[in-house]
Amino acid sequence: MALSDIVAAAEAAVATATTPQELDAVRVDYMGKKGQLTEQLKSLGKLSPEERPAAGQAINDAKQRVQELINARNNELKQAELAQKLAAERIDVSLPGRRAQVGGFHPVTKTIQRIEAFFGDLGFRTVEGPEVEDDFHNFDALNIPANHPARADHDTFYFTPTTMLRTQTSGVQIRTMQKEQPPLRIISPGRVYRNDYDQTHTPMFHQVEGLMVDTDVSFTQLKGILEDFLVNFFEEELEVRFRPSYFPFTEPSAEVDVRRKDGKWLEVLGCGMVHPSVLQAVGIDSEKYTGFAFGMGVERLTMLRYGVNDLRAFFENDVRFLKQFN
Amino acid sequence: MKFSEQWLRTWVNPALDSVALSEQLSMAGLEVDGIEPVAEVFSGVVVGEVVKCWQHPDADKLQVTEVNLGTDEPVTIVCGAPNCRQGLKVAVATVGAVLPGDFKIKKAKLRGQPSHGMLCSNSELGLSDDHDGIIELPADAPVGTDYRDYLDLNDVILDVDLTPNRADCLGVRGIAREVGVLNRLEVSEPEINAVAASHDEQRAVVLDAPAACPRYLGRIVRNINLNADTPLWLQERLRRSGIRSIDPVVDITNYVLIELGHPMHAFDNDKLQGAVHVRMAEANEKLTLLDGTEVTLQNDVLVIADEAKALAMAGIFGGEGTGVTESTSNVFLESAFFDPDTIAGRARRFGLHTDASHRYERGVDPELQRTAMERATALLLEICGGEAGPIVEAKSDKHLPQAAQVTLRAERLARVLGINIAATEVTEILQRLGFTVAITDAGWDVTVPTFRFDISIEEDLIEEVARIYGYHRIEAAAPAAQLRMIPRQEAQLSASTFKSTLIDRGYQEAITYSFVDPKHQAMLFDETAALTLPFPISLDMSSMRVSLWPGLIGAVAHNQKRQQQSLAFCETGLRFLPDEKAENGVVQQPMVAGIRAGKAHAEHWSDGERAVDFYDIKGDVEALLALTGAAHEFRFVADLHPSLHPGQSAAIFRGDKRVGYIGAVHPQFEKKLGLNGRTFVFEMELAAIQQRYVPQAQPISKYPSIRRDLAIVAKDTIAAGEIIAAIENIGVNHLVGLNLFDVYQGAGVADGHRSLALSLTLQHPERTLEDNEINAAVAAVVEMLTSEFGATLRE
Repeated sequence: MALSDIVAAAEAAVATATTPQELDAVRVDYMGKKGQLTEQLKSLGKLSPEERPAAGQAINDAKQRVQELINARNNELKQAELAQKLAAERIDVSLPGRRAQVGGFHPVTKTIQRIEAFFGDLGFRTVEGPEVEDDFHNFDALNIPANHPARADHDTFYFTPTTMLRTQTSGVQIRTMQKEQPPLRIISPGRVYRNDYDQTHTPMFHQVEGLMVDTDVSFTQLKGILEDFLVNFFEEELEVRFRPSYFPFTEPSAEVDVRRKDGKWLEVLGCGMVHPSVLQAVGIDSEKYTGFAFGMGVERLTMLRYGVNDLRAFFENDVRFLKQFN
Repeated sequence: MKFSEQWLRTWVNPALDSVALSEQLSMAGLEVDGIEPVAEVFSGVVVGEVVKCWQHPDADKLQVTEVNLGTDEPVTIVCGAPNCRQGLKVAVATVGAVLPGDFKIKKAKLRGQPSHGMLCSNSELGLSDDHDGIIELPADAPVGTDYRDYLDLNDVILDVDLTPNRADCLGVRGIAREVGVLNRLEVSEPEINAVAASHDEQRAVVLDAPAACPRYLGRIVRNINLNADTPLWLQERLRRSGIRSIDPVVDITNYVLIELGHPMHAFDNDKLQGAVHVRMAEANEKLTLLDGTEVTLQNDVLVIADEAKALAMAGIFGGEGTGVTESTSNVFLESAFFDPDTIAGRARRFGLHTDASHRYERGVDPELQRTAMERATALLLEICGGEAGPIVEAKSDKHLPQAAQVTLRAERLARVLGINIAATEVTEILQRLGFTVAITDAGWDVTVPTFRFDISIEEDLIEEVARIYGYHRIEAAAPAAQLRMIPRQEAQLSASTFKSTLIDRGYQEAITYSFVDPKHQAMLFDETAALTLPFPISLDMSSMRVSLWPGLIGAVAHNQKRQQQSLAFCETGLRFLPDEKAENGVVQQPMVAGIRAGKAHAEHWSDGERAVDFYDIKGDVEALLALTGAAHEFRFVADLHPSLHPGQSAAIFRGDKRVGYIGAVHPQFEKKLGLNGRTFVFEMELAAIQQRYVPQAQPISKYPSIRRDLAIVAKDTIAAGEIIAAIENIGVNHLVGLNLFDVYQGAGVADGHRSLALSLTLQHPERTLEDNEINAAVAAVVEMLTSEFGATLRE
């Protein structure tokens, strides 16, 4: 048979092979030890030495040609086999995943964390302290001596005449100032307690108080840092106003109101320049140093930020409420 | 402090409407809390006079009247009020009038009698709640006058929420002064002249405690007529300050209180014996107060006494038996200055709070007593007649507060405020405030008038200057400070880190009250004493928590009642353990706790569902412990806890120290605590897990690791944890991993025994392990398990 006919027959056989096994049989038939093309090579001996190179080249070309055909077909068959296998492995990707439930921080904690981040970036360290306090740290050192009318305003939960649940986190600042000299920049978040329970009061709530004491701390800076904070906290350009007020531990003192778009003025925090008596009570030279302090109610800020309208929801811990903040 | 705006405007009348005036006061630190009309909206009501009055022919309780409204013809009106009578002046709603509640008055017939209007009661006009018949106006009320004009009802009540330092504004006088300052207006005070004595009867006054009471003025007014009516204008002003009219004497002292901010007291002069003494009470001295309660006084309470006994708690509350009553005709008026520190806190001690104590404990102007006395005397004579005696003044000059001298340094002002206010403006502000100012090289020497008794130090002046200058004019500036890093210890884990891990594992952070129901707490922690709040919000919020569990259990119960079944909460916070040796008698310990109930995970199409169990929550705890980098230092040891299921509870140890508990809530409490089904809890001391190891890296072995599995059979009373710990402890050479991967009990394993399948992973850091080394290691483990635990290899 002519070489070209063998190649043509091989091509036809390759094309009709539908499995790798059939294809391999074709390979053996043409390229195996006794394959048709192998036999052709064996017949080269019969040719004259002049003819052999050309004839050998032709046979090798034919073998290469057939091998290429087999390889190509083999690829086709493998692809088809893979495609079939993959098709069989098809799944419904729209079925729900095996999702591990993830919880979340309480919204009050979220707000505290945000406040800590804003002030932490400015070098304010977070300090914490006891919640059962004595009257020195909760009142006396804050320039609220016994019988001061401001004590009556605190609705304090007393254990004894001299121990109580803290009504503000300022005691932590006193403890810090007793231990460290300025410059000081701290914030103190935490639980505080007042004996009051109605639509707008819970007997426990959270405050973040801040304090900065240094050689030239001024009221302009107090305004600056709080305006900065409020704009960043609410992430909107809102109006901020400082209104004169009174706290025994600061002077001058102010309450700070914000007005958001189309809204009314809402009081959000109290602040002032640290009263010299407070600095003196903890052994800080009030001539050399000045300071500002501020305090904010965390629940109130959280309510304004996230549109919560019932204060008591924070302590009912209804998961349907809490999950909205995840 | 509530008062009539129109009253204020008789003192000082800025060109501002009510809202703008309120805004101005608020922005000056006198926060206006409310602006409220003094009367509801009504119209068409005039002053009328009942000229004829006769019984309705067909109704027992009605009368028919003819009322003169100042028009040509009297009108006929049917009235049902029992006090309706001929000659009475009354408020009349005419036909066409609209009363509060949009009630329109029309011509009507009542039982056949025409009625062209209505005689009004105060409640019908929305002026008060009293239904005591129709309004009785004084005989001089001008017939035909619009009632709103007659009573000046087109007025509002301003409610100013004063801070404790501004007691000087607890009277219209003080507010007026402030408005004058803010608007640069003169304040016109009412003319108060000395009342000349018309008799010379007087009562001696002795200041036995001159530091507590350095000034006391007394005056006898004789033959007053207590049946006189308090004039309507005065009653109305009081009403607008929230004070009810009682009798003319009380009304007058109250009027002076609101007008001048100065409290006064009136005694029945005939009930006093001898000189008035202002003295400290004797210990255990008894006094019956005006409201009939008897109090036992201490020797730091100032009293007004006569020669027989204590008569009144000075500056706080009058006593029974010496007050003005219907039969009083001679009064002894008191106008005194009491030292605020002597009064402060005393009222509260006796559960009292009066208009007088409110002012005296904050302070009153020590120079105002005579003015108040003259004002009250004049009003008393005008309203009740009578004759005034001379004023007796007892005083102790050395105890009277002096006008404060305060220096304000320009440099300090600029440093505290952060801005430079022109010296001329500072001077002008101080002068406007009524201060006497001397300009010095360094600033200002200021003499403070006695009415601003709140000013005593430089900061007070700085605040005054800033307040009047306007906080809004003080610019905002970024604080400047030295950049210094905050130390951050890598080895210290924050509470948030633990919460984050729990949150990632499905927990919702809860915040529960620090005070819990003592019933629940005592049930769960029967052996732990708790700190109790003597005056709680309610009994179920009265016990300070000794664990975070009661709060968390409450949160689960709350949610389960609301159809939420699968729950996981965590909380961090303090627990409170009474301990005499600790600061303030209580150890306040930060804890981390968690609770799980319901399903282990959400029901899933491929995995079905499963109830949460001990090992779920233990896995959560193990995840927390892993954060320390020293999980192997912790052990879970079966232990009883009163709150927990005896077969499903463990103490958590770090080394030898117990740092927490984990387990199932004892089933006997489930129902009592409102829990629905098995609930698992854990709690650990935060401090015990907050220290983590800072990693020290070891080289990684390049050589293969070998795993050998062994199944052993041991008695099922032997804790798997002990077996694992024992293997770890014998120091198997090159053991890098140990895992318990199967527990089996049942066919093929003897009763009371179980099979534990363990994998040992061995690896050498510098070479490949030889078979004989591996076999020796495994053999050592098996031998130890046999000898220590009687375990056998499972066939």
